[in-house]
Amino acid sequence: MSDTSTIPAISGATTVGVPIEKAFRVFTGSFNTWWPREFHIGQAEMAEAILEPREGGRWYERGVDGSECDWGRVLAWDPPHRLVVTWQINGEWRYDPDPQHASEIEVRFTADGPERTKVELEHRLLDRLVGGQAIRDGIGQGGGWTSNLERFAKAAASED
Amino acid sequence: MGLFGDPTRRAIFELLARHPCSVGELAKQLPVSRPAVSQHLRVLKDGGLVVSRSEGTRRVYQVDPDGVSALRAYLDRIWDQALRAFQEAAEAAPADL
Repeated sequence: MSDTSTIPAISGATTVGVPIEKAFRVFTGSFNTWWPREFHIGQAEMAEAILEPREGGRWYERGVDGSECDWGRVLAWDPPHRLVVTWQINGEWRYDPDPQHASEIEVRFTADGPERTKVELEHRLLDRLVGGQAIRDGIGQGGGWTSNLERFAKAAASED
Repeated sequence: MGLFGDPTRRAIFELLARHPCSVGELAKQLPVSRPAVSQHLRVLKDGGLVVSRSEGTRRVYQVDPDGVSALRAYLDRIWDQALRAFQEAAEAAPADL
């Protein structure tokens, strides 16, 4: 996929001492057991983080009060080799339902022997977050992200 | 608690997005104490979203003008931590999982 982002993609990798099928199962099916609890967007403490195991599935958190906050959608479900999900949490740490504003996370699993799996992650299209064009325009005018935040602050204030 | 999971922290960030403020100025506009404001500012600074500078005898806080990089840096940290947690979980998971 071509990435014309002005913000470089984030990449990460780790090698785990388990077979590829198990690595994929833990990453997806047991997502709730390992995702760091402090990373959530809901106002309530997070009770559960859920990744639905199918293309088009939801990726979301459920708070201790039962409220749900979406994070994104599953774009590609190709066990045990590949998973692509969108990350639609914008710069204000809120879910943005517009798919045009969705960044993407691709996770690739590669067997490195029967009991070892390499897991590589790429979080790309970051300039789509918040509203890519608006960010680029803001940067072009020297306003940077601050001008977007000012607009956001005004919108938030008018909601009160 | 996420960077913006706390309503007071979000309010502080929104005030700073409008204009730079000192701790005292923020505390006046919010129903929380100065030490509480300082604590939230520290979290926002550690998250790379807010920067501070000295102005005479007072310290003024503002949203990092390079906020896109700040967001990227923060996401980078999330993934670093998440992948480490994933590795531990995978290797500790029962054999029949």
